[in-house]
Amino acid sequence: MKTIINAIFGGLLAVCALACRAQELPPDELVKNVTTEIVQLITKDKEIRSGNRGKLIQVIEAKILPHFNFSSMTALAVGQNWSKATPEQKKRLVEEFKTLLVRTYASALAAYSEQRFDFRPLRARPTDTDVTVNVRVIQAGAQPVPIDYSMEKTAAGWKVYDVMVGGVSLVANYRTEFNATVREVGIEGLIRNLQAKNRSLDAAPPAENK
Amino acid sequence: MTLRRALWRLLRMLPLLLALAGGCATTEDRDPRDPLEPLNRAVFRFNEVVDDAVMKPVATAYRNVLHEQIRGRIRNFFSNLGDLWIGVNDVLQGKFFDGFEDGMRFVFNSTFGIFGLHDVASDMGIEKRDEDFGQTLGRWGVGDGPYIVLPILSSSTLRDTVGWGVDIFVGDPVNEFRPIALRNSSYALRLVNRRADLLEASRILEQAALDKYVFQRDAYLQRRRSQIYDGNAPREPRQRDEDEAPAKEPAKEAPKEPARPPAEEAPAKPR
Repeated sequence: MKTIINAIFGGLLAVCALACRAQELPPDELVKNVTTEIVQLITKDKEIRSGNRGKLIQVIEAKILPHFNFSSMTALAVGQNWSKATPEQKKRLVEEFKTLLVRTYASALAAYSEQRFDFRPLRARPTDTDVTVNVRVIQAGAQPVPIDYSMEKTAAGWKVYDVMVGGVSLVANYRTEFNATVREVGIEGLIRNLQAKNRSLDAAPPAENK
Repeated sequence: MTLRRALWRLLRMLPLLLALAGGCATTEDRDPRDPLEPLNRAVFRFNEVVDDAVMKPVATAYRNVLHEQIRGRIRNFFSNLGDLWIGVNDVLQGKFFDGFEDGMRFVFNSTFGIFGLHDVASDMGIEKRDEDFGQTLGRWGVGDGPYIVLPILSSSTLRDTVGWGVDIFVGDPVNEFRPIALRNSSYALRLVNRRADLLEASRILEQAALDKYVFQRDAYLQRRRSQIYDGNAPREPRQRDEDEAPAKEPAKEAPKEPARPPAEEAPAKPR
């Protein structure tokens, strides 16, 4: 009897340990796991491979979005004008920016074809709360393309707040654009532009071969 | 034909644009890295028209007709020819071991890889590098200079335009191909192959950008900065104001920034 209780108890502990570990997964392992999972998903799923965009977007929203901190990303992309936005405007900005990034990400993933990933060891101290995870995309006959995820530690685990592809920061790239737009048409105008952009993408995503 | 009309419109606008770009100091909001923006935007629009009318259809047809295996061989062939000049630039930047490796790549790929058609060096673990004279100049401390959109070739800066000239006239083996017809068709093949490789990227850019001109410009400038530092550019501090961009690069007109007082901005989060 005692052994059974011990076994159950031990089992429970082990489950808890696993669950807690999943929460506290180090950032580089998190990136590796998610990337591997996504690549498997999109290469195996017939619907996605035949160009089902809606399904691809669903996968991104379920598997990738939880690991991004979109309010951080949006705040960084909007830059100095962020403090001038009302809480309600901020919410809409985050929502629209998120939608745009998911649509763009879907196109990038749809273009995936058999590239290999090289996950670089994390160079950070265990106490760091803001790290960069380096991944390299390897393709034959070309220089590997580095993808760097800037990640911050939050109560809910590690979250991505910027992605750099080949040294180009997504957030920094949008910042100039957003700044210019706010200067011309204000924050409301920026939200309107983002909405219009998203609507146009949903109506007619750019064709494969234009 | 739309192409010819666009070209004419551009030519007619040229004097006006130059005057605008040079003499107009009233638009204080202009990005300090891009003083020629009106002219650049005109060339950008012209390039878009050419790309839509010629480059993209040709590259798409090329991609649909030729199997990826064959396109890969063509890519490898030109990539191999480029490795020698990449090696020279590595040496010029003081990276002697890298330069040696680039030379080894050329030797292995030209022999075992059969004139570079197969990238055996990568399989052996000698990685492809990406250098050009513009990067070498940057490494030597030459600043970007104004951003320039070149006809057909698109994004560049003053420094990179000079670098590109040296690349083409000094460092490009294709330039030595004879007869001239062979040289020119090699240029064309390389250009089409490169455009075909970029079809996906340009489609994504189209989607991601609110203003494609600005998006492409910023991506280009960021990309070049990263390349000059070989991917290890000093990490940008995470802060919520826009004015840090010119200050990060010491070589770039840092003192010319009185337009926007940096003091009024929200203090950056200490990290």
